[in-house]
Amino acid sequence: MLKELINHLAEPIVSFPIATFLFYLMIKHYKTFGSKKFATWFTILSIPVLIFFFADPNFYLIIKTPDNVPIGILLVLVAFFTWFTMHKAAINDTRMEQGLEPVEAMPENREKVWSWPNLVYTELFAIIACTAFLVVWAIVFKAPLEESANPTWAPNPAKAPWYFLGLQEMLVYFDPWMAGVVLPVLIVAGLIAIPYIDTNPKGNGYYCFKDRKWAIISFMYGWLILWVYLIIVGVFLRGPNWTFYGPFEYWDFHKIVAEFNINLSEFIWIKGLGIGMPKNLVVREIFGIILTIAYVGFIPVWVARATSFGRKFYIDLGPIRYYLFMTLVVVMMSLPIKMVLRWLFSMKYIIALPEWELNL
Amino acid sequence: MAGNGLAKKVRDTQVWKSIFRHGPPDNARNRAAVIAGNVFLHLHPIKLKKSGVQLGYTWCMGGLTFFIFLALTVTGLLLMFYYRPTAEYAFNDIIALREHVPLGIMREIHRWGAHAMVITVWIHMFRVFMTGSYKPPREFNWGIGVILLVLTLLLSFTGYLLPWDQLAIWAITVGSGMAKATPFMGNAGPGAMLARIGDFVMVSDKNDVRFQLLGGRFVGEPALLRFYILHCVFIPLVVGVLIAVHFWRVRKDGGISAPL
Repeated sequence: MLKELINHLAEPIVSFPIATFLFYLMIKHYKTFGSKKFATWFTILSIPVLIFFFADPNFYLIIKTPDNVPIGILLVLVAFFTWFTMHKAAINDTRMEQGLEPVEAMPENREKVWSWPNLVYTELFAIIACTAFLVVWAIVFKAPLEESANPTWAPNPAKAPWYFLGLQEMLVYFDPWMAGVVLPVLIVAGLIAIPYIDTNPKGNGYYCFKDRKWAIISFMYGWLILWVYLIIVGVFLRGPNWTFYGPFEYWDFHKIVAEFNINLSEFIWIKGLGIGMPKNLVVREIFGIILTIAYVGFIPVWVARATSFGRKFYIDLGPIRYYLFMTLVVVMMSLPIKMVLRWLFSMKYIIALPEWELNL
Repeated sequence: MAGNGLAKKVRDTQVWKSIFRHGPPDNARNRAAVIAGNVFLHLHPIKLKKSGVQLGYTWCMGGLTFFIFLALTVTGLLLMFYYRPTAEYAFNDIIALREHVPLGIMREIHRWGAHAMVITVWIHMFRVFMTGSYKPPREFNWGIGVILLVLTLLLSFTGYLLPWDQLAIWAITVGSGMAKATPFMGNAGPGAMLARIGDFVMVSDKNDVRFQLLGGRFVGEPALLRFYILHCVFIPLVVGVLIAVHFWRVRKDGGISAPL
C-alpha cells in the first residue's frame, strides 16, 4: 500500500514538481536547511527510510548492480555538500547581516601559513583515504562483465553510461538532435560563459547565498534538478523500453503504457479548427514556428522591457551579456516546459517536421 | 626534529644529502626549500592563506580528481600489458584478467576510479561555483576546468567500450547514436536532407560524424581501435596538457580563491 504510493510518487509527473518544490523550500529557508539540527534530524529520519527501501527485493535488485554503486555514492555526496555549502553560506550571511566579515576573511584566516606541513599533510591524508576507499570498493564489488559483445542482440533497456543518463532521459521529451547534441553543447558553452555573464563582484572567495542569490539559484536548479534528478530517474526508474518503473516495481517486460501524444499542429488544425492538416509543411507547422520564435526571440526582450527586475538586469549586464544569459535561461527552461506540456496536454512536438528531421 | 642517533646519521650520509638538498623542514628556510626544491611539491606556493588550506573550504576535490587521474594512469598502464584491442581478443583478455590473476583488483580500481573521478570533478566544480571562484581574475581557468570536465566524461565514455561485452557495445551504441542526429553533420539530423544534389546524398550514414567517430556504420572493430587510442593516448595527452595549464593558472591567478 505504502509502496504503491511511493511507486506513484516517483513518477516524473509527480516527482518532478515535488523535487522542484523541495528545491524552492530549500532556497527559501536556506538557513533552516543549512542548520546542524536539520542535518541531524534528516540523517536520523533517513535511516529507517533507507532500511525500508533496501528491504524491498525489487529495489535491492536495482541498487546492488555494481555499476549503480557510484550513483549511490554520488547522491550521498551531493546531499552532503549541498547541505554543507548552505550551512557555510548561512553562517557567513548571518555574520554579514551583523556587519561582520565572512569567516574566510577573518584576520586569523587571512594569515599566511607554510605549505609544509599544513597543505602537504592534508593532501597526503586525502590521498591515503582515497586509496583506501578505492581498494575497499574494488575488493567488495567486482567490475561487471556481461556476455561477449553481440551486435545482433540488443539488451532492453540499452542504457548509456550513468553520467549521460540525464541526457538519455531528455530523449523522452526531445529528439536526439536536441537532447544529444544541441543541449549538451549549450550546457558546456553556458558553463564556460558563466564568468563572463555574472558581473557581480561579490561572493568571490567565500561561501554565501544572499550576495549572489540569482546566480546560485540558476546554477543549483540546473545542477540538482535538471541534471542529478534526471540521472536518478534514468538510472533507477527507467526499465525496458524506457518505460517508467517505480522503485518497488519489478522490471516486467510486458508492462504496457498507453501513450497518445499529439503534435501541436494536429491539436490546432484537426481538433481546434477541424479542417484537417494543410499540405504545405510550413503552413502546417506555422503555429509551432511562431511559438518557438516568440519563446526564444521575444521573451528576453519582453522581460527586459516590461518587468522591473528584467530592466534592472538589462541595465546591470548590458545588452550582450543580458541576451546571452536570457537565451541560455530560456533554452534551459525549455526542458521543464516541454515536460509540463507533455504531462498536461500529451504534447509531442511543438514543431513536427519529420520530413526535415526537425522535430522540436 | 633536530634528529639524533640513527636518523641524524642517515641524514648526514652523502646519499641522503645528494637527494634532499636541504635540512629537515623545521625552520622557515628549509620549509621554503622543501617546496621550491622539489619538482612535484613546487606546484604548491611556499605559503598560502589559511582559508585556502582548510578542508571545509576546498573539500580537496580538485586535488583528489588529479590524484585519481594519476591512479587511473598507473592502473591503466598495467591493464594495457594484458589487453589487445581487437574484436577477437578484447573480451577474452578481460576474462583472462579475471580468471588467471589471483586477487587481481586492477580492473576494479580502474573502473571504480573512473566513476569516482567523474563524481569528484563534478563536486569540485560545484565547490568552485559556490565560492564564486570563477570570478575575475579566474574566468579563463574556469573555462579550462569545464573543458577538463568534458574530457573526463569522454575518457570514461571511451573506456566503457573496451571490455567489449554487451554492456559496453550497447552503451556506446546508445551514446554514439546521438551523433547521427547532429544538425547538418549527421545523417538523421535536421538539415541533412538539404545537403543533396539531385540523387547524390552528401550526408549519409557512410560519411557523417557518427561514421567518423566509429570508423563504421555500427560499433565494430574499427570503433574499438579508435576508442582504445582515444582512451589510452589521445585524450590523456590533451588532459595532461590542460591540467598543466589549469594548475599553472591557479598559481598565476593568485592561488586558491580567498576574500578580496
